[in-house]
Amino acid sequence: MLATIIFYALAILTVGSSCIVVFSRNVVYSTFALLGAFMGVVGIYVLLAADFVAMVQLLVYVGGILVLTIFAVMLTQGIADVTISNRSVGLIPALVIAVVAGGVMAFAVERTHWHLAASVTPSPTTYGIGNAFLGDYVLPFEIASLVLLAALIGAIVISRHEARE
Amino acid sequence: METLINNLIASGLFGAKPSFDVVAAIVEFVAGAVVFLVVAMPFAGVVTWLERRVWARIQSRVGPNRVGPQGFLQWLADGLKNICKEDLIPAEADAPLFKLAPYLVMLAFILPWSVMPFSSSLILADLNVGVLFFTSVTALTVVGVLMAGWASNDKWSLIGGIRSAAQIVSYEIPAGLSIFPVVLMTGTLSMQGIIQAQGWAPQHWFVFANPFTFIAANVLFVSALAEGNRTPFDLPEAESELVAGFATEYSGMRYTFFFMAEWGNLFLIGALMTTLFLGGWRFPHVSDNVVVMNILELITFNVKVLAVVFVSMWIRGTLPRVRIDQLMTLCWKYLVPISFADMIGTAVWVAIWPDGNAFMGYLMFAGGLAVLAVFVRRVVYYVRRSRMELYFRPGI
Repeated sequence: MLATIIFYALAILTVGSSCIVVFSRNVVYSTFALLGAFMGVVGIYVLLAADFVAMVQLLVYVGGILVLTIFAVMLTQGIADVTISNRSVGLIPALVIAVVAGGVMAFAVERTHWHLAASVTPSPTTYGIGNAFLGDYVLPFEIASLVLLAALIGAIVISRHEARE
Repeated sequence: METLINNLIASGLFGAKPSFDVVAAIVEFVAGAVVFLVVAMPFAGVVTWLERRVWARIQSRVGPNRVGPQGFLQWLADGLKNICKEDLIPAEADAPLFKLAPYLVMLAFILPWSVMPFSSSLILADLNVGVLFFTSVTALTVVGVLMAGWASNDKWSLIGGIRSAAQIVSYEIPAGLSIFPVVLMTGTLSMQGIIQAQGWAPQHWFVFANPFTFIAANVLFVSALAEGNRTPFDLPEAESELVAGFATEYSGMRYTFFFMAEWGNLFLIGALMTTLFLGGWRFPHVSDNVVVMNILELITFNVKVLAVVFVSMWIRGTLPRVRIDQLMTLCWKYLVPISFADMIGTAVWVAIWPDGNAFMGYLMFAGGLAVLAVFVRRVVYYVRRSRMELYFRPGI
């Protein structure tokens, strides 16, 4: 009962913030509304007893990605007074893409057989995640870190032009 | 906590048959409010007075000494004054974000208290991922500070906000990496688990466990100072350059929120250091009475935290502010590689001595004592030369 109330509160927070992100005329409001969306997702992870994932979500998305996004938005010129929108794609193509993507998602949600757990008891997940990462899934884990390394090197190459000359 | 809740249900305080979850939620809510009102807020207040007195001592001034004995009630006077001030919102400011920002900063300051291990029983929630929770929720400060900086619509605020964000995002990396050696040695992220892995005697603290954890403790302290916008890393509100940085346009209670969070952060820095490296609340088992033990542990924890807070006050009183390029150099060129080396070093150490190396603990503790002896000798020398009675006379 309590969990259901909390779930709906978190869902309203997440969906409401996401709506602000999408529909707000002010880019800065959109960016800050991402905070609500991320926090709502953190709450849902906690509700699902995924404590480690929730904390990493907080650390990576709020502490890292959100701050970088805010940085990028703040360094944009004229953020508050003009409606910045991507004009290269018109309203009709956007509508078509939205309807098609939404239809596919609705179809997927409809066709999936959702497994309902009887009840979720909070139990430590850290050991399991650690063992899985460094045991069965060590190869995908290392490949993912290789992708991050490539991104790091790419960022350095792009930002340092004088290194090439 | 569970027995307490069961007792409360059995006592019939909540009517006939309340559900366990509801009572637990109420109890935790009340406990959180008590911690907030009784510990967090007064600490932030008292520490402003203490810091001003300590600085004054360092700079050969008197400092606030009028309100109450030795000026002890100065923080209440300041707080009352700030409550009475008008809450100004600049006409050109972005009002909703401007109003929201102090609450976010306050939230980031309050949340870590929920995993604060005051003693073996006094902890709101001993989360399995406690340390991670502690560091991730403090990262919320950045969002509040950036919001304040942007919403004020003022170049000083914006520069302060952006500086603060750059600083916190950078120093989060060495701070996070310096926690790893301890996690590697204990195999847990829970605050109580880490404290229980240490002993009450200093040679069993993690700061003296091996050379790598000693370095990690220092790196964590420096990074925590930078994350808390403390001198020598107070660029976000550099008074001589940016008026008051991101808080320039704030007044009254909203301004107080920013500064309460900032001074309260000192306790968080001290608590993190104490928990991870200084043995937390560990106290020798002198009594079988749980209440007595908990009180002793509470005192131990707070004394250790205050010692760390005191050191950061000396640093603030003595060091000049660093430049922004020096700040970034220190973080990315020195602290990050050092903390990576620390992590690998500790991993190797743990692989060689899985149960720790007792001899190293004693050796490092002896080294620490030697440094402390030299320091105390120096302090005694200065205290003899100074005229303490002048400082403690309230009538000056």
